Amino acid sequence: MKPLSYVCARTVAEAAAFHGGRPEARYLGGGTNLIDLMRMGVERPDILVDITRLPFDRIEERTDGSVRVGATARNSDLATHPAVLDRYPVLSQALLSGASGQLRNMATTAGNLLQRTRCGYFRDLSRPCNKRVPGSGCAALDGVNRDHAVFGHSPHCVATHPSDLAVALTSLDALVELVGPAGVRTVPVTEFYRLPQDRPEQDTVMRPGELITNVLLPPVPTGADSRYRKARDRASDTYMLASVAAMVHVEHGVVKHIAVALGGLAHRPWRARRTEAALLGTKPTTETVEQAVEEELTTAVPLRHNAYKVELARAMAREVLGSLTVGHRKP
Amino acid sequence: MEALHGRSDGGQGPGAQAARPGATDSRVTLRVNDATHTVELEHCATLQEVLRDSLGLTGSKKRCDDGRCGACTVLLDGRRVVSCLLLAVAQEGREVVTVEGLAGTPGAHDSLHPLRRPSADRDAYQCGYCAPDQNGSPGGTQNGAAGQPMVVTDMELPENVPVLLTPAEVLEQLSGNLCRCGAYPSTAGAGQDVIA
Repeated sequence: MKPLSYVCARTVAEAAAFHGGRPEARYLGGGTNLIDLMRMGVERPDILVDITRLPFDRIEERTDGSVRVGATARNSDLATHPAVLDRYPVLSQALLSGASGQLRNMATTAGNLLQRTRCGYFRDLSRPCNKRVPGSGCAALDGVNRDHAVFGHSPHCVATHPSDLAVALTSLDALVELVGPAGVRTVPVTEFYRLPQDRPEQDTVMRPGELITNVLLPPVPTGADSRYRKARDRASDTYMLASVAAMVHVEHGVVKHIAVALGGLAHRPWRARRTEAALLGTKPTTETVEQAVEEELTTAVPLRHNAYKVELARAMAREVLGSLTVGHRKP
Repeated sequence: MEALHGRSDGGQGPGAQAARPGATDSRVTLRVNDATHTVELEHCATLQEVLRDSLGLTGSKKRCDDGRCGACTVLLDGRRVVSCLLLAVAQEGREVVTVEGLAGTPGAHDSLHPLRRPSADRDAYQCGYCAPDQNGSPGGTQNGAAGQPMVVTDMELPENVPVLLTPAEVLEQLSGNLCRCGAYPSTAGAGQDVIA
């Protein structure tokens, strides 16, 4: 790793001042992704601002039924928090399906959301990558793109976002609280991640120097249920090929609320709005669930090596939504 | 937002003022195996490198060096972590335990630490390279794993019933510790003895 400065911030104001919005500065959380990328030379900061001792490690239940999750709360703590287990099982399941016990003990909430793509070309300095070196080209577009996007990709980038947490939060309509030079703002997680378009180096809508302070989980209607299902190459400690997160509230057989997010298929968690629209307000049957899933998946544009992802997503979405609506829960 | 001006409650660890502007190294005090060490280190040095190269604690191993294999597992404030992805400079004031810290009690009947006894009894390793992390990882699991849901947990289990970990759950807990000899039946068995 290249030599660098290090400072440990005691307040947000101090952290912001040390960072200064400079492109060579990075905030350091759990470090599980950043240190790895620094070792490979993909990230080359000249200063790290340690934010792990800021007072943002709490998970707080609030009187309105929402939960405020601190940016530096560890993935293992969030996954096993009683309120999360009780009201947001999709979140717990998503976190526990990622990485290993050691990494979940280290990784923070904000760091999980801000991890970079696992695209092999992004991590290989010898190959072109617009996300790593803007304007250099995309080796994945005509390369081995088995792990890549089927929705929302551009000729500049076909990478996917690897966070399970982000997919679950997208199905919960969570909010991301940011603080930066221009003050505090809150961004819905559904608008937090960008599609690559012609600026794939920019994963999110965060501005220079901004810091995630909290993630807000909205209240869940009584009787609502949620689930996460993930397909991967081995049973533990690897990234998603495709995943499905869903939050559904069914009352007297009628779908009162439904939010479906697909993971591993795009540059950001992909909300299946067409599926949601087809089921909201209806009394679903196995057939209408299958049709609703199809509404979204027919818009997929697979690359040369990843059409299988559409089939994976189809099977998992049918099963997850079937179990949450029609009630034919199958393991 | 009160936190904007709040100070963290730890009171330990490096103060921002401690770093010299532009410096790429620092003098840092680390707590390892109940001992205090003051070391000069490069900021880019990982805890793994400092443990081995500066402190001579060669129990934890460098293998994949990117967080997947678990050979460098140590306990940090009682939780298992991979030391290859931690910067040493950031660990001031935190308690580190390596496999060297899992020694038996002097004069005790059994010279092995309870976390290490099951592996010895089961002759769990072939080459032994991963023994230090395979010993330590169940230790970091003990306090938290039983009764906690895992991805392989049957979520239909009745609530509030104490459950010991199933073999599948033990395997999931140890999935961040790779054994290059593939001696998993024995290492998992030893893990089961410790955790379940």
